[in-house]
Amino acid sequence: MIWENILEGIPKLGTAAAGIAVFFAILLVVFFVLGRIRGRLSNPVAMLAFLGPAAILLMLGLVVPTFQTVYKSLFNASGKKFIGLQNYGWILTTESNQQVLINTALWIVIAPLFSTVIGLVLALLLDRMRRESIPKSLIFMPMAISFVGASIIWGLVYAYRDPAQEQVGLLSQVVLWLGIEPPNWILLQPWNNFLLMVIMIWIQTGFAMVVLSAAIKAIPGDVVEAATLDGATGWRLFSRVTVPMIRTTLIVVVTTIMIATLKIFDIVRVMTNGNFGTQIVANEMYSQAFVQFDVGRGSALAVILFLGVIPLVSYNIIQLRRERAIR
Amino acid sequence: MSVPTRRRGVALVVGASAAVLLLAACGGSSTSDESTSAAPASSSADSGGETSAAPAAGCEAYAAYGTFEGASVTLFTSILPPEQQKFETAWAEFEECTGIDIVYEGSDQFEAQLPTRIAGGNAPDLAFIPQPGLLVKLVETGGPVAAPDSVTALVDQYWNPAWKAYGTVDGTFYAAPLGSNMKSFVWYSPKVFSEKGYTVPTTWDELFALSDQMVADGVKPWCGGIESGGATGWPATDWLEQIMLRMYGGDVYDQWVNHTLLFDSPEVTAAMDTLAGWMKNPEYVNAGFGDVKTIATTGFQQAGEPILKGECGMLQQASFYANFWAEFNPDAVVAEDGDAYAFYLPAMNDNVPTPVVGGGEFVTAFADRPEVVAAQTFLASPEFATAKVKEGTWVSANSGVPLDAYAPGSIDQLSAQYLTDPQGTFRFDASDLMPAAVGAGAMWKEMTAWFAEDKPTQQVLKDIDAAWPAE
Repeated sequence: MIWENILEGIPKLGTAAAGIAVFFAILLVVFFVLGRIRGRLSNPVAMLAFLGPAAILLMLGLVVPTFQTVYKSLFNASGKKFIGLQNYGWILTTESNQQVLINTALWIVIAPLFSTVIGLVLALLLDRMRRESIPKSLIFMPMAISFVGASIIWGLVYAYRDPAQEQVGLLSQVVLWLGIEPPNWILLQPWNNFLLMVIMIWIQTGFAMVVLSAAIKAIPGDVVEAATLDGATGWRLFSRVTVPMIRTTLIVVVTTIMIATLKIFDIVRVMTNGNFGTQIVANEMYSQAFVQFDVGRGSALAVILFLGVIPLVSYNIIQLRRERAIR
Repeated sequence: MSVPTRRRGVALVVGASAAVLLLAACGGSSTSDESTSAAPASSSADSGGETSAAPAAGCEAYAAYGTFEGASVTLFTSILPPEQQKFETAWAEFEECTGIDIVYEGSDQFEAQLPTRIAGGNAPDLAFIPQPGLLVKLVETGGPVAAPDSVTALVDQYWNPAWKAYGTVDGTFYAAPLGSNMKSFVWYSPKVFSEKGYTVPTTWDELFALSDQMVADGVKPWCGGIESGGATGWPATDWLEQIMLRMYGGDVYDQWVNHTLLFDSPEVTAAMDTLAGWMKNPEYVNAGFGDVKTIATTGFQQAGEPILKGECGMLQQASFYANFWAEFNPDAVVAEDGDAYAFYLPAMNDNVPTPVVGGGEFVTAFADRPEVVAAQTFLASPEFATAKVKEGTWVSANSGVPLDAYAPGSIDQLSAQYLTDPQGTFRFDASDLMPAAVGAGAMWKEMTAWFAEDKPTQQVLKDIDAAWPAE
C-alpha cells in the first residue's frame, strides 16, 4: 500500500522538479538578458526585473485586498447592495460596539504598558544576576505557548465552582484559602477584561524582558561609569541614563506589543467569545465575517483595525530605522 | 446548532487540510477513496467505461439502479473520518454492483468552500448540506439541481413531511434528508433514579413534579452549560426552541423561524418565562457548578458530569451527548439501567403530538447525469440508511429503516423511534434556520447575556429582533 502510494507519487515529484528547473531556466535567461543590456536603459530595466516580482506579489497579497476590503465595507451583508457608510455608522453608534471599541482601546494601552514595565523591571533585576539565564528562560517560556494554549491554561485558573464544592480554579482556591468567597471571575464586569489582559501580559513580558535586557547590556560601560563618577545612583542612574539610552528599544517594544494586541483575537475567543462585555474589534470582525457571514460589517471592522494599526506600524518602523542609524 | 462536531478543533485541522487540498489540486487526482480502490469498478475505470464485468452475485437488489461501468460521482461534505469510512462501507456494495465510484471528499471548511467551488464551475456532483439555510442560499445563487422523481418518491414514502419541506426551496424539492439527530432528550442516571425511586416522567407536569421532588430531597434537579467557544449560547437557544415547539406547535414555530412572529411578542415572551422557571430557577440550577450564572461559564461538554456523581438530576441535551459520558468516566455505561441514559423531553399539551426538535443533513445534487441520479436515489433509500445504521452511531429519520437495525436499547434506537413517528411534530433546530446574524449571532449572544448578566427578557428579545437583517 505504502509502496504503491510512493510509486504513484514519483511522477508528481518529477513534475515538481521539472517546474523548479523551468523556473531557474527562466531566471537564468532573465539575468543573461539583463547582463547584456548596456547604456541608458540598463538601470531602469534592472530595477524592473528585480523589483517587479516583489511589487506584483505585494499588489496581489496586500494592496489589492486592502482596497477590496474597503470596497466591501460599503456593502450590505450579502455584498450585493451598496449602503454607503452604514456599516461604519453601525460600528460607531450601537451600544455594544462602543463597548467593543472601548475594550480594544483599553487593551492597546494596558497590555503593552504592563508587559513593557514588568519586562523592564525584570530586565534590571536580573541584569548581572549570577545565573541570569535560568530565570530569564523561565519568564520567556510563555512566549513559546500559543495564545489558544495560554487561554486554555488561564481558563482553568479562572474556573469557578460553588465555594461549597471542590475547587477547579487555582485563583478561586487561593482566594478561598484567604477566607474570601470567590466570585465567578470571568463574569465580573468590567474586571474580566483585565483578567484576559493578564494572559497577554504573561506572554509578552518575556519578550519585552529579553529585548530590553539586551539593550541595557549594550549601553557602553563608560557612559555608566561616567554617570556613577558624577554621583548618579539608583533611580537617578536609571531615569537619566538607562532609560534615555534604551529609549528607541523601549518604543519599539511597546509598539510591537501594541500591534500584537490590536490583532489579538484568540484570547478573547477562547475565554469568553466576546460575551460578558469583553468583546474586542478583531473577534467581532471574525464573528461578523465568518460566523454570521456579514461580509460588509466584517470588512468595516477590518478597516477600522487597519486604520488603528497603520500609525503604530509606521511609528514602529521609523523608530527601528532610527535605532539602526544610532548603531 | 445541530452539528457540534463541526466546531471541534477546527483551527488545528485547517492548516493540514489546506495543505492536503493544495496537494490534491496540484496532483490533479485525489486518492481519498480507499475502500473502492480495491473494488473491481475502479480497476476497470482506466479502460474507459467498458461494460465487461457481469454483475456479481448478490447484486440483484441493485439492478434497478442500472450499471455504469467506470462512472464516478464526486461527493463533498463536512463529515470527516472516522464517519467517512462508515459511509464508504455502507455504499461499497452499491459501488461494486453499479460500477459507480463515489469519490468522497470531506472538508471542515465545507460551508466556505462549497459556494466558492460552485462559483468556480467546480461544483461536486453531490453535497451533504448540514443546514436548510445553506440550501436556500445556494438555490438563490444557482447550482443545485431539483431532485429526480425517484428521490421525491422515496422521500414522500419514508419521511415525515416536515423533512421534505426542509429540502424544498420555493416549491421545488431539491434535497433528500440523510442523517438525523434528535435534540429533545433529557439525560439522567438510571442508577440514581432507581435508588431514589424516581420514575421517568412522561408529561411536562410530571417532569416538574419530579424536579420539585428532587429539590425536596436536597438534590438540585438540573444542570446545564452553554459555553461552547465561538458558539457559546447555542444550548440555550435549543432550550427555547423545545419550549416554543411544545407550547405552540409547528405552525407558530415556523412563523417564529420566518420572523413573521417577532421575538418581542407575547408568545416568545411566555416561552422565555417558562424557560426562566426551568433553567433560570435558582432552586433547580446549576447542580454541581454553582448559581444560575454559572450556566454561562460552564462548557456544554462538562455540564453532564455531575449526573454521574449524583449531584445533578437531569440535563437537557441532544442525542450526541451519548458520546460524552465515557469522557467523564471511562466505565460509565449508557443504557436504560446503566449510569446514564436519556428520556424523551415530554410534550406540554395534546394539540402538539410528540414534538421533536432535531437536525440533519440533506443530499443535494449539482448534476443530473444518470449515475448521479442513481447514487442520489440510493442515498435516499431505506436500504442505504439501514446499511449505514448498522455501522453504528448514526440515525436516520427514514421510516423504512427497521428499529431493530439499531443496537438494542441504544440512544440511536430511541432517537429513531421519535424521529420516524408519523404523527410526530418534527421541526428543525430554529437557530440553524434563522439568518446567521440571528441564529449564529444575536440569539447566542443575547441568550448568554440573559443567563450571565440577568439581562431583562424584554430587552433580550428586542435586541434579537433588532439584529434580524433588513431584507
